[in-house]
Parts: sequence; C-alpha cells; structure tokens
Amino acid sequence: MTAPDPKVETVTASDRPSVSINAPTSGWGAVGVDTPQAAGAPVMDLRDVSVFYGNYEAVRGTSMPIRQNQITAMIGPSGCGKSTILRSLNRMNDLVPGARVAGKVTYHGQDLYAKDVDPIQVRRRIGMVFQKPNPFPKSIFDNVAYGLRINGIKGNLHDQVEEALTGAALWDEVKDKLKMSGLSLSGGQQQRLCIARTIAVRPDVILMDEPCSALDPIATGKIEDLMHELAKTYTIVIVTHNMQQAARVSHYTAFFTAEVDDKQVRHGRLVEFSETGKLFTNPSDKRTEDYITGRFG
Amino acid sequence: MTTTVDPVTRPPAAGAPNLTRSALSVRRRVTNQVALGLIVLALFVAVIPLGLVVWSVLSRGGSVISWEFLTEDIPNSFRRSGGGVGPAVIGTLIITGMAALMAVPLGVLGAIYLNEYGKQRPLARLIRTMADIMTGVPSVVMGLFIYSAWVLLFDARTGFAGALALACLMLPVIIRSTEEMLRLVPDELRQASLALGARKWRTTLTVVLPAAISGITSGVLLAIARAAGETAPIVFVVGVTTAPNWNLFSGENTALPAQIFRNASQVFEPAQERAWGSALTLIVIVLVFTIIARIIANRFAIKER
Ligand SMILES: Nc1ncnc2c1ncn2[C@@H]1O[C@H](COP(=O)(O)OP(=O)(O)OP(=O)(O)O)[C@@H](O)[C@H]1O
Ligand SMILES: [Mg+2]
Repeated sequence: MTAPDPKVETVTASDRPSVSINAPTSGWGAVGVDTPQAAGAPVMDLRDVSVFYGNYEAVRGTSMPIRQNQITAMIGPSGCGKSTILRSLNRMNDLVPGARVAGKVTYHGQDLYAKDVDPIQVRRRIGMVFQKPNPFPKSIFDNVAYGLRINGIKGNLHDQVEEALTGAALWDEVKDKLKMSGLSLSGGQQQRLCIARTIAVRPDVILMDEPCSALDPIATGKIEDLMHELAKTYTIVIVTHNMQQAARVSHYTAFFTAEVDDKQVRHGRLVEFSETGKLFTNPSDKRTEDYITGRFG
Repeated sequence: MTTTVDPVTRPPAAGAPNLTRSALSVRRRVTNQVALGLIVLALFVAVIPLGLVVWSVLSRGGSVISWEFLTEDIPNSFRRSGGGVGPAVIGTLIITGMAALMAVPLGVLGAIYLNEYGKQRPLARLIRTMADIMTGVPSVVMGLFIYSAWVLLFDARTGFAGALALACLMLPVIIRSTEEMLRLVPDELRQASLALGARKWRTTLTVVLPAAISGITSGVLLAIARAAGETAPIVFVVGVTTAPNWNLFSGENTALPAQIFRNASQVFEPAQERAWGSALTLIVIVLVFTIIARIIANRFAIKER
C-alpha cells in the first residue's frame, strides 16, 4: 500500500483544541491525534461497556483495548454479544431502535458516545465489513468509488479505485470488468469488493463481523492473507466463529461467553482478553480453556 | 424411463429408491394436475376479457385513426363526420402530465418519509391509513371535491382543476406502492452505506432509491395510466371545448376519456367512430409512455446518479 498513514496527519492545535470527530474535516484521514502513535498503542479503549436492546442487557461490563496496527479477534459461542460489541465501536448500534450503550468507548482518548460526536464522522474513520457480502447493486467501479464520492475525497478517482481493489487483492480478477455489476462476482470476490470499498475511504480502524463465514477455504485464506497485509496500515477487529482463524490471524483475542444471572437472564460477558498465543496455549480462565479445547457445552 | 419396477410390487428395501414421478401417490399426482389445470384456466379467464377489449378497440378504432383524427379540432355537432379529437389529445397530455408533475414527487417523497424516517411513528401510521382510505375514494367523489373546493372557488373550469383531481387520485397509489418497493430494499445496503460514512439522505438518494427505482416506476406508471383514463373528474371540472387549449390555467379544456364518454353516449355513427378512435388513442398514449418510462428507469438503475 502506498497510502499515506492517516495517523501522521495532525490537526493544528490552535484550530481545533480537541480531537475533531465532531467537526467536519476536509479530505480524508484528518484524524486529530495529538501525538503520533506507535504500533501497539491503544487506538480504542472500552471501559465497562454494556449494551442494551431496550431493557435487555445483551452484553455487560466489557473492558478491553484495541491496539494500533494489531488484529484483535473476538471469539465465543453464538449469541454472546460479539457482534453487539463490535457494532458499538463505530456506533452502528445507533441504527437499532432502542439500543443503548453504557460505559465508555474511547477512540484516541475521545468518548465516542459524547453528546457532540457525529456518528457519521466516527464511521468515516472506523469502517465495517459485514458478515454477508453486501455490495451495492452498482458496477464494481461504483461500489468502490461510492465512499470516495460521498466523502468528497479528491484526487484521481480511477487511481484510488485501483489502489483499493489492489489492496483488497481483487484488482487482477476484476480489472477487465469494472463496469459489471458488483453482484455478478462470486461470494468471496464480493466480500473482497466490500473490503475494497471499506479501505477506499482509508479508515483508521476496520471492523469485520465474521467476514469469512460465507466463504470457502481458498477465499478465506486470501482474506486472511489480506488481513495481515492490511494490519500494516490499519487497525483491525475481527469477529470469528473459527478458532483456528483467530489463532492464525490475530495478535490479541477476546473470549466472550453468555452467562445466566440470578434472574435467569442471559448476558454476554468478556471472560478473557490477552495475546492470542497466550489465550490459546495457556488460558487463565477455565471457561476459555473449555471452549478452545472443544469442551464447551 | 429407467425403472420398470412397479412401485407397489417392488419390495420395500430393494436397492435404489424410486425417484420417478410414478412413485408418488395417486392423490398427490391428481392434486398436482388439478392445481395446474386450475391455474391455466384462471389465466385464460383473465386474459379473455383483456384480449376482447384490445381486439374490439383495435378493430373498431383502428380504421378511424389517422393523422387528421389525432390533430384536427372536434366538430361542433356529434352528427357531423370528419374532424378529429386533437384538442382532447392535447388536453390528456397536459392535464395528466401536470397531475403527474404534482403527484409523483410528492408521492415518492412521502413514501421516503414513511419508510425511511417515519416508520412506526404515530404520524407515519396516520398518513398510511389516510392514504389507504384515499385509495378507496371513488373518482367521482374526488371530482366533486375538486369541483366544490376549486372550481366553485375560482368560478372557472380549467385543465388545472382536472390535473388537481387526477393528482389527488394518483397520490395515495404512488405513496403506497413506492413505500412497498422501498421496504423491499435490504437493510444491509443501507447499513453498508452508513458504515462508509454516508449521511442518511445520501444513502436514501444514492443507494435506496436506485435499488428500488424499477419497482417505483411500475407503481408510478400504473397510477398515471389509471389517472389518464379517469372520466368522472374530467367531465366535472374541466369543461368542454372543441378547439385546442394549451393553457391549463384559463379556459375550459377536454381530454380523451371525456370524448369517449360524450361520443359513445350518442347514437350517431360519426360520434361512435370518434369514441372508438379516442379509446384506441388513449391506449396507445399510455403504452408509449410506459415504454419510455421503462427505458429511462432501466438507465437510471444501472448507472449511479
Ligand atoms: N437488534 C437486536 N434487538 C434485540 N436484541 C438483539 C439485537 N441484536 C442482537 N440481540 C441480542 O443480543 C444478544 C447478542 O447478540 P449478538 O448478535 O451480538 O451475538 P453474537 O455473539 O454476534 O452471535 P453470533 O455469533 O451468532 O453472530 C443476543 O441474545 C441477541 O438476541
Ligand atoms: Mg454475530
């Protein structure tokens, strides 16, 4: 990737005293970071985050960091709230009527749920790839160009589309049919198109919700390789059901599970968060060990 | 083709399962045939009146239609032959066009509000119910409403009054059909767009509408076609003229349905002919506009913006 690192662009302190997600910015990637961050420094931080759907507390008390240029995986049984936590990281939960986030999610030290934060600005910097490939019913080119156009990103559109498609390891397969509908691609290609669409706007963090669950092993392998490549430039959070995948690609792993409280209500909880190697070889919690060794009920 | 074993005599556990149709129970086979027969029958019953209408209009109106018929003024007397229905063609085009100009943007925007913003809010539910009720209002009633609310107020029958009545008839149909089409657009597309940092109006305009445009066009066309054929409101509020009137806001006007109605109720041969000719003209006009709108919608759906 020849993409300049978004993190090196700083905003002059006199213009915008605080970080600038609430203020409209010109161009892309004007993330107002006061100090350049080293790889591994926390980009995002969750402090005692609980997510409610109406009165139902789907996930309770989650605290974990998301580190710069690292891949953080979330694993755990179905329904334990992985997607819920992931969606709270770029305020996609705002779209669910009745959903509410308690606790604190910070991004470069800034509370994402503060009153004056604009969710649109948040999502510009924290992009998302969904479980089901969902290209727009537009041409391949327009799918990738869409984010560039709506965000008014300047520069040669064609070059930027090519760069994004190359970054998503799809360029060679589609370079001769950019005018064809994005829906004409195979499932794996569609998912890579969605990744291209996301990286085209050069976000800071990419959230992926089971991006390979609809794909065969070869396509999965391509996307995993791609994630390693992308982690050089971006910070990645991935939800996966596939423990081997988590072990293969991630640097950090968070293990969630669902617990029944004394009122017989199920809540998702973060059981363990640590470096992937440690979590899989030497878990400190019995439940983690049971899950990764397949003894989960 | 392959199996000759009778399913009844074949021993139960003998080798490969019988996958031929003859292995099905008689009851299921008969039910299948009966259902198929009924469907085909229903299709014919539905097509027969349609075919008869088209055939009779074509055979009786086809000989009437000529360039003169489409452009010349309407004769002063029903008895007189010759002349044409030029003023009514013009009236239909500009009255329906004006009605569509008013009802289509309002209806589509209203549907966008209902499906993208209002959802289940009380106001949205109220509008939905009102639209449903309005769909059921007979066109005569709508004509009388415009007559008392507009024509009596300004003391003039005009083409615009007709356009208002037609717009009122089209509006609820457009709102409801457009909303249905917007509802079919998968939520994943909206989420994908929002996750890229698009605002809601942008998402609606550049993702949701293009995805639904083909269905929306169908609904809008149905509404326009229906309105173009409405007779009652036109007869009430538009008035009568035998000369072309390009001005919607002053002077009485006329339209093809009104010509069909007036001429068909006369016993004179020339009037009868004019009625058949007008009917065919109306059908062709609606057909031509349907084709044009389809072509435009297809272009719009493939390309962005
Ligand atoms: N939109 C919603 N409204 C109400 N409850 C929801 C909603 N989305 C999720 N939930 C509930 O929140 C809990 C966590 O769901 P979530 O989708 O986060 O689980 P998950 O860990 O991603 O599961 P999976 O691995 O199956 O995708 C579940 O009990 C689910 O029923
Ligand atoms: Mg999930």
